[in-house]
Amino acid sequence: MTLTAEALDFGYPGRSVGRGVSLQLAAGEVLALLGPNGSGKTTLFKTLLGLLPKQGGRLLLDGIELETLPREVVAQRVSYVPQAHGTFFPYSVREVVLMGRTAHLGLFAMPSRHDRELADEAIARMGLTQLADAAYTRISGGERQLVLIARALAQAATLMVMDEPTANLDFGNQLRVLERIRALAADGIGVLLSTHDPDQVFLCASRVALLRGGKLLACGTPREVMSDASLRELYGVDVAVATVMAGHGERQVCLPLFGEGH
Amino acid sequence: MSFSEASRGRISLLVGLGVITVALLSALAFAAGRYPVAAGDVLRVLWSWLGGAPHGLDPAVETVVLQIRGPRVLSALLVGAALAAAGAAYQNLFRNPLVSPDILGVSAGAAVGAVLGIFLSLGVVLIQGMAFAGGLLAVALVYVTACAVRGHDPLLVLVLAGVVLGSLLGACVALLKYLADPYNQLPAITFWLLGSLASVNPADLRLAAPLIIIGLIPLWLLRWRINVLALDDEEARALGVATGRVRLAVIVCATLMTSAAVAIAGVVGWIGLVIPHFARLLSGPDFSRLLPLSVLLGAGFLVAVDTLARVLADVEIPLGVLTAFVGTPLFLWQLATARRVWQ
Repeated sequence: MTLTAEALDFGYPGRSVGRGVSLQLAAGEVLALLGPNGSGKTTLFKTLLGLLPKQGGRLLLDGIELETLPREVVAQRVSYVPQAHGTFFPYSVREVVLMGRTAHLGLFAMPSRHDRELADEAIARMGLTQLADAAYTRISGGERQLVLIARALAQAATLMVMDEPTANLDFGNQLRVLERIRALAADGIGVLLSTHDPDQVFLCASRVALLRGGKLLACGTPREVMSDASLRELYGVDVAVATVMAGHGERQVCLPLFGEGH
Repeated sequence: MSFSEASRGRISLLVGLGVITVALLSALAFAAGRYPVAAGDVLRVLWSWLGGAPHGLDPAVETVVLQIRGPRVLSALLVGAALAAAGAAYQNLFRNPLVSPDILGVSAGAAVGAVLGIFLSLGVVLIQGMAFAGGLLAVALVYVTACAVRGHDPLLVLVLAGVVLGSLLGACVALLKYLADPYNQLPAITFWLLGSLASVNPADLRLAAPLIIIGLIPLWLLRWRINVLALDDEEARALGVATGRVRLAVIVCATLMTSAAVAIAGVVGWIGLVIPHFARLLSGPDFSRLLPLSVLLGAGFLVAVDTLARVLADVEIPLGVLTAFVGTPLFLWQLATARRVWQ
C-alpha cells in the first residue's frame, strides 16, 4: 500500500499554495513533515487525502489516480487524524470512534456488533477504555487527540495522515502519542504526520520531508536531512543538531543557538 | 457490550413511553372540544370504523370523531412529526442546535406561494399547491445559488443564501399583504401565516401524508451517515462519506416534509427548533435514536397544542401563537437545566 505524489501542485481554488511536491508514503514507515507556519502543510495533507482537488501533477494510491476512486474506497485505505476540535453535540467517545467504521458500512447500514467490537479494540489500544462512555465534548484536548487516533485505527486503513498530532498536548501526552505512532508503524501502518518540533523527527520518524513556501527542500532519512544548515534554511533561525548519550544509546537532538551565530 | 445493550434497552423504553403518551394525547384530542365525546365512545366509533362491531351511537358522534376530529388529529400528528424530524436532521446537517427547518427558506417560500394564492382568490387546493411548490422552489433556489458560489465553506454559503432569500421572500409577503383586500384577503393571509389545522380535510391528508412519509424514510435509512455529517465537512469526507450527496438527500427530504406540512397547516413555528432539543436531551445525539424520539415528541406536542388551541377559548387560537407561548417557557426551562447539550 503506497500513496505517491509526483510533482504535485496544490492549493485552494484560485490560489496556489505549493508546487512540484514529490513524496511517497508506504506501509510501516513514519514520514514526518516539517515546515514553518504557512508553509502549506495542512493544504498538502488535504490534497493528499483527496479532500482538495490537486492543481497539477499526479497523486496515486496503489498506482491508481486517487481522484478516480470513490470516497469510501479512499477512506478504507487512508485515514485522517485532524487536529483535536470540538463537536456541537455530545457524542460519546465510543460513538465518535465508531464513526471511523463508516467507510466499511453500506449506505443505509448501522454499525454491527463486529464494528462495535473493533471500535472498543481501538479504544483499548489507545488506553481510553475508562473514557468510552464519556461525552467527547467533556474530555481534555489531549484525550480528544487520542480519541481521533482511535477513530483512525477503527477505520482500519493502512495509511494514516496526522495533522500535528501533538499540538496542544502537554509534554507527557506528546511522548505518549509519539510512542503510539511508533507502535502503529511497527504494526504495519504507514503514518504521515506534521509537527512543529524537529526533535520529534528523531523520536519517531523513519523519514522526514522539509516543506517551505509550498516547495520540498529535502526528503530522506533524518540522518541525511536533519542538519544545522537545512534547519536554518527551513526556519530561518540558528540550530545545532547534536548527538547526545541518552538511555541505552546515542540520539540526536536539536539545540537552538541564541545570539551566537550573528 | 453492556453499554450499547443498556442504551438500547433505554431507548426502547423511551420509544414505548412516547408511543403510549402520543396515543393518550390523541385520545384526549378526539374526546375534547366544543362537542365532548366520552373516551369509550371514541374507541367504539374507531373500532367500528376499523371493521369491528357497529357502535350504535348517535350518528353525530360518528361525524365528529371521524369527519371532524379524525383528520385534524392525524394531521397534527403528521405535521408535528414532520417538522420535528426535519429540524433534527437540519441541526445535525448544519452542526448547530439553533437551526430550524426554516433555515433554507422553505417556510418563507411556502408563505409567498400561499399568500399569492389567497391574493389571486384561488381555491383552497390551489393555495395549498402553491404553498408546497413555493417551499420547494425557494430551497431549490438557495441550493443552486450556494452551489454556484465556490471556494467557501459550503454550509456557510447555504445558510447565508437561505437567510438572504428568506428575507427577500418576507418582503414579498409584506408587499402582498399591503396590496391585499383588507376585509377579505388580509384576515385569511394572517390566519394562514399563523398556522392552523382548523380547515384540514381528509383530501389534504391523502396528499400530505405520503409526501411526509416519503421524506421520513430516507432520513431513517441514512441515520448513520447523518451522524457523521455532524463532524467537520472534510473530516466526514475523510471517513468515507460523500457529504455533498448525503447533504442533498437530507435537504430534499426535509424540504419535502416541511413543504407538505406547511401547505396543510400554514407556518407553525417552534416545533422544528425546540422538539429536537428535548429529544436529544432524552436520547443523546445519536441520530438513530434522536429521529424516532423527535418524531414522537413532535407528534405528541402538536396534537396537545392543537387540542389546547381548540378548547382554550371560544375562538380558535392560531397554532403559531400557541406553540410559541407553550414552547418558549419549555425552552427556557431546558436552557437553565440542561447545559450539557450546548457544549
